[in-house]
Amino acid sequence: MKNILKTLVLLLVLSLVTVSVFAKGNRITCSGSTTVLPVAQATAEAFMDKNPGINISVRGGGSGVGVAALQNKTADIANSSRPMKAKEISASKSKGINPTAYVVANDGISIVVHKSNMIKNLTISQIRGIYTGKIKNWKELGGASMPIVVISRDVSSGTFEVFNEKALSGAKVDGTAQLLASNNAVVSAVSSTPGGIGYAGLGYVNDEVRVVNVNDVMPNESTVKSGTYPLSRKLYMYTNGKASGEVARYISFIQSAEGQKIVEAQGFISLN
Amino acid sequence: MKNTSEKLFQAITYTASLFTIIVLLAIIYSLFKEGLPFFRAVSLKEFLFSGAWYPTHENPEFGAKTLIAGSLFVTFGALLIGVPLGLGSAIYISEIAGNRMKEVAKPVVELLAGIPSVVYGLFGMAFLAPLVRQYFHLDTGLNVFTASIILGVMIVPIIASMSEDALSNVPKSIREASLALGATKIESIFRAILPAAKSGIIGSILLGFGRAVGETMVVLMVAGGSAQIPKSIFASARPMTSTIAAEMGETVIGDLHYQSLFALAILLFLLTFFSNLITELVFLKRSSR
Repeated sequence: MKNILKTLVLLLVLSLVTVSVFAKGNRITCSGSTTVLPVAQATAEAFMDKNPGINISVRGGGSGVGVAALQNKTADIANSSRPMKAKEISASKSKGINPTAYVVANDGISIVVHKSNMIKNLTISQIRGIYTGKIKNWKELGGASMPIVVISRDVSSGTFEVFNEKALSGAKVDGTAQLLASNNAVVSAVSSTPGGIGYAGLGYVNDEVRVVNVNDVMPNESTVKSGTYPLSRKLYMYTNGKASGEVARYISFIQSAEGQKIVEAQGFISLN
Repeated sequence: MKNTSEKLFQAITYTASLFTIIVLLAIIYSLFKEGLPFFRAVSLKEFLFSGAWYPTHENPEFGAKTLIAGSLFVTFGALLIGVPLGLGSAIYISEIAGNRMKEVAKPVVELLAGIPSVVYGLFGMAFLAPLVRQYFHLDTGLNVFTASIILGVMIVPIIASMSEDALSNVPKSIREASLALGATKIESIFRAILPAAKSGIIGSILLGFGRAVGETMVVLMVAGGSAQIPKSIFASARPMTSTIAAEMGETVIGDLHYQSLFALAILLFLLTFFSNLITELVFLKRSSR
């Protein structure tokens, strides 16, 4: 009885170990930000079409997940919608990982409202007033008399971090704000909420909502590239040390004219 | 020969049951290992009774009061809807329906349990929320009310199927005695059969509670996600489960925010663990009687 048990447990452990040994080859794994996900996916497909021997697998999970995957060496590339934090860099270094950043795309965070809303422009301080709960009704901004429904992203998403830094200067979002889990959820919530206001990456905005100007600047290609649009950011891919081999070829493909066309097709703004 | 195969079979089943226990212990261990260090930085009192949840702010605050309130609001809302519906269908299936109806109704109710929660969430987000917003003239349809309805429907099969089992297990003699004494059908259901099946019914409600408090996808999609103590049933809320699910992806592994999510998970685990434990105890009491 005991011997049989031992053999069984041993067999179980052995089978688990052998599964993890097989892997690698011409495989690139990237993981991380859901904002970078569509860019990574589309460019990976194009790159694999041109290089049949290479297999790129792309996963989402969030910027923090990507960084952790890079640290644990379960991913070759960490996608991030924000620069890596000092804490993350020092944690990586202590694990012998040296994160190196590559900018792959530009993105603007659009402020969106319901289609029936007449507001055309908001200043950064008005946006801050709305999100911190000081401005509660659209009529205070010259719109119709209608309570403002503030829709925000989760406080730990990369999109929120950039919004929080650039639009709110680090101020706390009011507790009554709805916090949704994805860019898509924000856009669809705003489209079905007449008093709603939300924000999402440029690539996620559709015809169901209306984009307002920020400080009289419209988010578009030239204003994001030049940085005159206040809520613009860069999207990154991080590798361990300088990228080499197939990973380097993949990243330079994204940065090439051909790759940047794909970036634009995904609704983001190209690098140059 | 027969002896060996029998022993082998014993060993296999033994390993299988051992495996679940090992997994359970591993989960508990990792929860507490990652979550307990959190309380070195933030006091339990602040965690439980402060309402400000700003985990990524420059001066982060980890007050989970609003999140706990969010969980309890949607859970009790779900029970308000799920218990009458579940118990009602249990009574109908067990006591009133004919045999043929019974054969159809029971599997159909149990079919509800097989729908993935994300499908419930989609239904709530795309169909029910806009309906609730229009019908009640609200600013938003993603609120406690909508989430409670969806969660309530989700726990109906749990409550219905377990209560039905409890009702069917009531000895025939009790039914017959009650009717023989001249009680009507309704009287014997409420005065004799329900009291006899009491422990099983309470057990099913507690299990429904555990299911509702731990449900993640639906509340993430439908409850709205405002970290506030809901002022009405039409306000948005942010239960603990959706906070963990939404924030875990972007935290820096090992930092205070990461640990705070594990602390929330410990709280959730204790809630469901004790509701399940009470269920077990209630059932044990019944079976030993």
